This record gives sequence, structure tokens and C-alpha cells, in this order.
Amino acid sequence: MTGLVSAHSVVDPSPQVKRIAAFVVIGYALITLVPLLWIVMTGFKSPSDAIAYPPKIVAEPTVEGYCNLFTTRTRQAPEYMAKLPPAAGMCDRISRERNMVIAGPSNYIPRYVNSLVIAFGSTALSIVLGTLAAYAFSRFKVPLKDDLLFFILSTRMMPPIAVAIPIYLMYRELGLSDTKLGMILLYTSVNISLAVWLLKGFMDEIPREYEEAAMVDGYTRLQAFFKVVLPQATTGIVATAIFCLIFAWNEYAFAVLLTSGTAQTAPPFIPIIIGEGGQDWPAVAAGTTLFLIPIVVFTVVLRKHLLRGITFGAVRK
Amino acid sequence: MAEIRIENLEKQFGGFAAVRGTSFTIADGEFFCLLGPSGCGKTTTLRMIAGLELPTSGSIRLGGEDVTFRRARERDIAMVFQLFALYPHMNVRNNIAFPLVSMGMPKAEIKRRVEDAARILRIDHLIDRPVSGLSSGDRQRVALGRAIVREPKAFLMDEPLGALDAEFRHIMCGELRALHDRLKATTVFVTHDQLEAMSMADKIAVMNRGVVEQLGTPQEIYDRPASMFVADFIGSPAMNFIRFDARLPAGASRIRIDGAEIGVPVLREDADGSALVLGVRPEQVTLTTEGGLRGEVFGAEYLGTTQVVTIVTAHGMVKARIPAAVRVERAEPVGLSFRADRLSLFNAATGRAIRTALYEQPARGGRHG
Repeated sequence: MTGLVSAHSVVDPSPQVKRIAAFVVIGYALITLVPLLWIVMTGFKSPSDAIAYPPKIVAEPTVEGYCNLFTTRTRQAPEYMAKLPPAAGMCDRISRERNMVIAGPSNYIPRYVNSLVIAFGSTALSIVLGTLAAYAFSRFKVPLKDDLLFFILSTRMMPPIAVAIPIYLMYRELGLSDTKLGMILLYTSVNISLAVWLLKGFMDEIPREYEEAAMVDGYTRLQAFFKVVLPQATTGIVATAIFCLIFAWNEYAFAVLLTSGTAQTAPPFIPIIIGEGGQDWPAVAAGTTLFLIPIVVFTVVLRKHLLRGITFGAVRK
Repeated sequence: MAEIRIENLEKQFGGFAAVRGTSFTIADGEFFCLLGPSGCGKTTTLRMIAGLELPTSGSIRLGGEDVTFRRARERDIAMVFQLFALYPHMNVRNNIAFPLVSMGMPKAEIKRRVEDAARILRIDHLIDRPVSGLSSGDRQRVALGRAIVREPKAFLMDEPLGALDAEFRHIMCGELRALHDRLKATTVFVTHDQLEAMSMADKIAVMNRGVVEQLGTPQEIYDRPASMFVADFIGSPAMNFIRFDARLPAGASRIRIDGAEIGVPVLREDADGSALVLGVRPEQVTLTTEGGLRGEVFGAEYLGTTQVVTIVTAHGMVKARIPAAVRVERAEPVGLSFRADRLSLFNAATGRAIRTALYEQPARGGRHG
């Protein structure tokens, strides 16, 4: 009869259910984490260990991948190598062991900076425009409101790449090809539908009474928006920003098509890092590892908001 | 503080008339209650006074100034909302200070005024707490604090006690009235709860379907309802309505129902409509052995000092509020007699009260259009 006298509430899941849930979650986490772990490990392997078959799970760690990621190198004759002054650093030493000399920095850092500028720039723009639009849709009588909202959403109904050719032609005419501004505008236009819809949901949840109270208390609508509505929409804004950032940060197809030089982002750059005799997998893995960091940091810092944001509206306060 | 004068106020939402030709004046320093069922237009009227809705036509004058189309922030009115609308990202102090900040008041003055307001409302010990952890009563006080801190021309309150539990509502009723007596501020209070309105208001406007059915003191509205709607809405249990057919000339003071003769206040006008309604408050019914009107006891609700006895008559159920000590048996035949000078007569077709010695003036407010 222990079941009848057990102390747990009827609403809370039973310990068995909790254990099963934990098992499933941990199992799923392991499955998703293994590729990430593999990438991080590959970044510290030598090129031959990286492509060894059967795969080497444990290999002697080396920073060669990171050295190759940040530098370009040239092969030199042994006589030339012999005349060089002693190696100046770890990377210099590693490349000389392979009869290479560091010729200069690679394009990884400029591409990474491009990614940062474009992803954060388009996220900020999406959030600013999306917040204002969502507020207007939520509070005002907008003519053809439902049609406009549907129209905004309809931009998401096809894969963005379906419009790649028209955009490519348009950008070439406008001089926006391979510019950071062009990429910011493009990612903003893709993200804005998500931002408007998500944020409208959050705005709808904020009772109008707050703004009305502020307006009776002597504020203009705009002041009420900034002082009363925005602080309460923070959770929604942060959750939306994370989604926008993840899209803009990871976007590959447009970046391949529309950027080649000055505005190229990291995603099209990383996979084509070529070493001697083909793809330099440790360098690719190292580039990918570093590429993950900003999103991880951004998400971890704001995770409290993200969780609240996703479950927002599920339960009324 | 200021007088509020409403003239022919109308509000249409699409094709729906929320408020139709409403006129009334709220005297300076008065505690005025807009009472009515949900959807009667009382909140819309209040929001038009606040400037949160613009009227379709009509005018609103505040202290003699026409503010009909002025923005809410330019009216110098404070409002307490139903769910308090305390800013959740601010603490108690900042919530109360919020209207003062918009006025650009010096910090020291704000601090002094906020602390004064908090002291009046006895929430000075909570002043640096976040509002999220407060009890509903304390939230209510913070919302009031935000209203009184500014010393505005008028206070508007939209069912401010609706979110409180019954016991606390009773306490806040007393506190609100005491606060009003202390500040002498013109107050417009919207509620659907007749007890709140009766216990607090100087004047009550009973609204129904966008019009003011009756405007008067709580006593006037209770004792001399201007329409069957008001008679039915105010009082618990509600007024008994006994339908009968008669043609009564002005000056008549007796009516006949089923051969029983019943004294009523002297009629001041002809009651031409043959279908009439006699309105009797339960406490004006006494059970007698003889009695003109007869019926039998259906049941009794014991209420401590009184009991409400339901009697089935040929004219429907009649409720009587009588002392609890009187013993009544179910199915016992009883006679009913009414207190003649306190009865109301209505025209069944229009629902309006017929003028009698009890109710001299034609109904104020009344239906327009």
C-alpha cells in the first residue's frame, strides 16, 4: 500500500517518470554533443590523425590546426630553411617541421569580424524594427492588419535561397554585393518576420492598462512605450534576439552566393581552408570551434530570459 | 479638485452604442459612483473622462474647462485600474513616484511626497520592496498611492476592489471612504457591486445599456427607484414585482389585486397603461394571519438576525425579510401585508416608475432617445 501513503503530490511527476525523463534528456544531449566534441577534438589533432582510419579517438594533441587557421604558409627548399633565424614561436616551429614558413596572417580573423558585424548588426536592426512594428500591430488599428501580418509571415514560407537569384541580380545593380550593409539588410529582411510575429505575441501579453496608467500619469505614448512597455518586453526581446542571431550567425547559402571578399562571413570561409594535399581538417575544426563561442556565450548569458521567453504565455501569471 | 460636468456624452464602437446621451454633474469633492451590470457603459464613460477614449459626441468639462478632446496626460486626472497596473519592473517607491517624475519635480520633493503618500496609506514600511511580492491589498494601496501623490483634479477608479477577496474588499471599502473624507477629492468610482456603491458613494448613477437610469443618493436610489431595472439591480434580495391590471387616476391611493385592497402612496399622475407593477422591498412585507394577498410558504433562508421567507402567491414568488424569531413552516398558508407608504408603482410596458407621493420628481437622468 505504499502507493497510497507516498508523500508526493498528484500533480508532480512521480520519481520513476522523472528518472525516465532524465534518462531521455541525457541520452539526447549525448547524441547532440558527440559531433561537437568530435569537432573540438579534431581541432587538436594533426592532419594525418584527423583523417586516420579507423578514426583515432585519442591522438597526441597539437595546436597545428589553430596555427594553420590563423596563418598562410609557403613551402620552402631545405637550404632556405637552414638559413633562417631560429623559430620565433610555437606556430613557427610547427610549420618548420613540415618545411613550411609562415607567410602571413590568414583571412580567418577578418571573416570572423565580418560575421560578428553582420550577425549582431542585423539582429539589432531586426529587433528595433520588429519591436516597433509588433507594438503597432498589437496596439493600434492598422488598416489591413491581418493581411499585413500574413504578408510578413509569407516571406518565411519558402526557403530563403529560392529568391537567391533575384536578390543576387538586385544586389549587383545596387552595388550591395559583397558589402556588410547588403548582408545586414538581407538577414534583417529574413529575420524581421520572425521578430514581428514573436514580439507581437509578447506585446499582446502586456496589458494595455500599463500604458494607459502611464499616459494618465502624464507621459506621452512614446514615453510610456520606453518606460513601461519595453522593460516588460525584455524577456521576449532577448528570446527573439537569440533566434535572430543564431540564424544570421549560421547562415550559409546567401553568404556563399553574395559574398566573396571584403564582406565574406566565416561560414563560407571555414570549410574551404585548404592545406597541403587537400582540406585542412584540423584547421576547419579549429575554425568551427572558435565560431561556436559567441553564440554559446550569448545564449548562456541570456539563458534565463530564453527559457522564460519560450514558455512565456503558456501559464498566465 | 474640481467639478466634472458631462453633457450628452455618446460613444459608438463601430455600430455599437456603448454610451448614449449621458449627462450628469459630479460636484467638487463628491464621491460619485457609476454603477451598473457589465457592458452598461460605465467603464467607457470613465475612460472618456480619463481621456483614454474619445467620445463620439458630447462634452466633458473639468473644473469649468472643456477637456473633451484633450489627451489623458494633459487632464491632471489620476486613475486606479482594476488590476492596479503597477509597473512590475519598479519598486513601490518608483511606482508611486512615476507621475511626479513626468512633471519634472525636484528629487527631494518627490521623495517627500512619496513618503507622505505611503504614510497616509500605511505602506511606508514596504516602500523599497518590489511590487511583485506584495499582497493584493498592499498592491491596491500602492495603486492608490500613485493616484493621491500628485494631488490631481479628480480620481477615477475602475472597479479597484474587483481583484480583492470578499473579506478584504469590505476593509478597503472603509479605507477608501476614509481616504476620500480626508482628501476631499472628487472621485468617480466604477463598480458593478451595489453594496460597494451603496456603502461608499455620496451619489450613484445607475447605468444600463449606455444610459443613466437614475442618479441620486444611495437612499433615493434604494427607496425610490426610478425604473424597474434600478429596483431590481439594487437590493438583495431584489425588490418583489407583483403584476396587476388597473387604470388608476391621479390621486388614487388604493389598488386591488385579486380582490385584496392594498394601500399605496398617493398617485401624482394618471397610470393609463393597464399593465402595472407593484414594487415591494422584502423588508416592507409582513406576514399576517388575515392579509389581503394570500400564499403559502415555500422556504426560508436563515440569516442570523433576519430570515428571508419565500412565499408562493397567485402572482409569483414574493420574498419577505422578517425577524429570525418568527417561526414559519413550509407549505403554511400565510397572508401578506405591505407598508403602504414605501411601495413603488411601475408601468410594466416602459419600466418607468409612476409618480407618487413617495416619488415626486420625474426620474433624473432617464432614457434619452
